[in-house]
Amino acid sequence: MSDTTPKSRLPLWRAAWVIARRDFVAVLFSRTFFFFLLGPLFPLLVGGLAGGIGNALDKSSGMPEIGIAMASPDIDAMLRAHGDLAPVLAYSLPQLRVLERLAPDESFDARAYLERKQDNVAAVITGTPAHPVLTAPEGRLDMFTGDVALMAASALKQAPSVYPTVATVKVATSGASQKRARIATAQAGQTLLFLLIMLLAGMVLSNLVEEKANKIIEILAAAIPMDAVFMGKLFAMLGVSLVGISVWATVIGSLLGLADMGGAMAGWIDPSHLPVPGVGWPMFFLLGVAYFSMGYLLLGSIFLSIGSLATTVREVQTLSMPVTMAQVLLFFFASYSMAHPGEPVEVLAMAFPLSSPFAMLARAAQEPALWPHVVALAWQALWVAMAVRIGARLFRRRVMKSGPQPVKRRGLFRRAGRAELEESSRIPI
Amino acid sequence: MDAALGQAPTCRNAAGSLAIEAHGLVKRFDGTLAVAGIDLEVPEGAIYGVLGPNGAGKTTMLRILLGIIDPDEGTRRVLGHERPQDIARLIGYLPEERGLYPSMKAYEAIAFMGALRGLPLKIGRERGRELLENHGLGYAADRQIRHLSKGMAQTVQLLGTLVHEPRLVVLDEPFSGLDAINQGKLERLIHSLAEKGTTVIFSTHVIAHAERLCENVAIIAGGKVPYAGSVDAARDRIPAQVRLETASKDGPWRVALPPAARVEGNFWNFPLPESGIEPLLRALIEGNAGILSLSIERAGLHDAFVAIAGEAAARALEVESPVEARR
Repeated sequence: MSDTTPKSRLPLWRAAWVIARRDFVAVLFSRTFFFFLLGPLFPLLVGGLAGGIGNALDKSSGMPEIGIAMASPDIDAMLRAHGDLAPVLAYSLPQLRVLERLAPDESFDARAYLERKQDNVAAVITGTPAHPVLTAPEGRLDMFTGDVALMAASALKQAPSVYPTVATVKVATSGASQKRARIATAQAGQTLLFLLIMLLAGMVLSNLVEEKANKIIEILAAAIPMDAVFMGKLFAMLGVSLVGISVWATVIGSLLGLADMGGAMAGWIDPSHLPVPGVGWPMFFLLGVAYFSMGYLLLGSIFLSIGSLATTVREVQTLSMPVTMAQVLLFFFASYSMAHPGEPVEVLAMAFPLSSPFAMLARAAQEPALWPHVVALAWQALWVAMAVRIGARLFRRRVMKSGPQPVKRRGLFRRAGRAELEESSRIPI
Repeated sequence: MDAALGQAPTCRNAAGSLAIEAHGLVKRFDGTLAVAGIDLEVPEGAIYGVLGPNGAGKTTMLRILLGIIDPDEGTRRVLGHERPQDIARLIGYLPEERGLYPSMKAYEAIAFMGALRGLPLKIGRERGRELLENHGLGYAADRQIRHLSKGMAQTVQLLGTLVHEPRLVVLDEPFSGLDAINQGKLERLIHSLAEKGTTVIFSTHVIAHAERLCENVAIIAGGKVPYAGSVDAARDRIPAQVRLETASKDGPWRVALPPAARVEGNFWNFPLPESGIEPLLRALIEGNAGILSLSIERAGLHDAFVAIAGEAAARALEVESPVEARR
C-alpha cells in the first residue's frame, strides 16, 4: 500500500451537500419550521396589541379635559367657541367639562379642586372670557394657555365666527416627504432583517446543540471535513429561511393582488402608497435577500463556533447572550448611521462586517447607486468565508476531546465554575 | 513499541502489509497528556484489539488514527495514507458514544451514514434495507430511530458503519451496552468481516472479547502502549502454571518444587520451571510423591495484562466490567 492509491474522500461541496440535504429536510418537516413561519408574526402581534392598547389608553386617559367654572352665560359662550373651533383645528382641542355654573359673586377654588385629583380634569378655567384664569400644573399651563386664549377670544367674538374654506392642491410627494418615506422603508427593512437573522441564528444554534445531544458530531467529524459540516448546517438553515421568505412573499403578494382587484381588501393595502426605495422595489428585494443571507451566514457561523466551544446547553446560552446583545447594539448602530449619510459613522457601519448588511440595506432604500452593494457583498462574503473557516477550526480543536474538560477559572470564580459544571447536564461528545 | 522487551512490535500478516502504522503519537489536552508516545502496527485483514481501562487513551488514539484529531507529535499511516480523512470512503467508524438522528427511519440512517462516506443515497437505501433484513431487523426498516430499542439502534449504527463496505473498520467499545446475545452476534460479524479481508480494530475493556476475537492486541494504560503484538506472545510472557496433587504431603520430593510453590487446598500451584516439566516429574517420582494429578495451565490474557499493565490497570478493568473481565 502506498500513497499512489487514489484518494477517496467526498469533496468539500459534496460533503456539505450531504449535511445540508439532511438538515434541510429534517427542519422543513419539523415543528421548528412552523414556528419559523410564525416567528415574524409575533413581533407584529405584540406591536399591534401594544399599539391597540396604547390607542385605547390614549382615547380613555390620554386626552385630558379642561374644567370650566364661570358664570352661566360665560360658560355657554366658551362652549360655543369650542364648538366653532374644534372642526377647523388639525389637532384635537381638549374637551371642556362644566364644573360649576357660578352665581354672581360666587367663586370657585380651582386649586382645591385639582388637588383632590378627581375625574380626568387636567386644568380649570375660571374668571371670565375677557379675563380667563387658567389653573393647572406647570406642564399643562404651557399646553393649554394658547387653546384657552383662542376659545376666550372666540367667545368674546374677537375672533372670526366664520372661517373661510381653504382650497387644497395635493401633490404626490415632496423632497422632504420622499426622504422621510425612504427612511421609513430603510428602517422597516433593517428591522425585518434583524428579526430574521436573530431568529435563524438561534435556530442554527439549537440545531447544533441537538446534534451534540444526539452524539452525531463524531460520526460526521470522522467522515467529512468539519468545514463541510459547518457549511452544510449554515446553508441548510439558509435554504429553510428562503423557503419561509418565499411563503411570506406569496402570502403578501396574494394580499396585494386582492387589493389590486378591488376586492374586500381594497383600501386596506394600497401598494401605490408604499414608499419606493432608492434602488427600486425589485432590486431592493434582491439586495434584501442577499444581505439577509450574508448577515445570517456571519452571525450563524459565530453562533456555531460558540456552540462548538460550549460543553453544556447552559454554556451555550451563557456564551450566546453577549453575542446577541452585541448584535442588538450593532443594529442600533446601523440604524443611527442611517441618519448620517456620507459621514464617517455611516462608512464605519457599512465596513464593519456585522453591521454592514443592515447599513447597506438602509443605503439601498435611500440611494439608487448599485456599485457600493457589489463591493459590500464581496466584502461580506470574504468575512463569511473567514468566519466559517475559523469556526470549523475551533470546532475541530475543542470538540473532540474525551473525558471531562478542566475548569479553568481562578480565585473567586473557581468554586462557582465547579458548581456550574457539576450542576449542568453535560453533553457527551 | 513493545516497551517491556524494548523491541518494535511486529505483527504483519503473511503478505506483510500494514493497515495502520503509528509511531510516537503524542496528544495533549490543556496540558494533560492523553496519549504519551504510542507505536502501533495493525496488519491488514487482522482483527486487532486495543485493550485498556477507561481513560487509558484508547478513544483519543483511535481518533488520531482516524484523523478526527491530529497528534501533537508522531506520525500515522492508515491504509498507506498519512491523512486518514483522505481515504474516508475506505474506513468505517463506530464511535463509543452512539448517535443517530431520532427522526430518521432506520434504513435512511444507514443510507445517510453511507452517504457521508461517499455511497450514493439510492444505493445506500437499498443496502440499508438489505442489511437490516439480513440482521433480522427488516421489520423495523421504516421505523424511526426514536421508536427502536437501544440494542436495535446500536445495530442500525453498526450497519451504517459497514454499509459502504470499508476496508478498515474501527469500533470503539463496540460491545458496551449490548446484551450477551447481541455480543455474540457482533463477535460473529467481526469474524465474518475479517474472513472477507476487512481489517477490524476495536477497543475494549473486556479482556474476554479480545481473547476470543484477536490474534493481536495492544495493551494501553496511562496513554502508553506497553505491549503490542500477538495474544500468544503476550500469554507466553507469563510462565505456565503447574497444578499438582500428591498422595504424600511431605517428603524429599519437596525440594524439587520451586520456591514460589504455594499450597491451595490439596494442590500445589507454581510456575513451570525454566528447565521444563521432565526434571520435575523425575524428582517427584523418585521422591515417592505419589502423583494424583498434574496439569500445566497456560497463562490467560488477563494474567498477561496484569503482568504488562500492572495491578492498578487490571483492577480498573475489573471495576468497569467485574463479571466479563474475569470470564
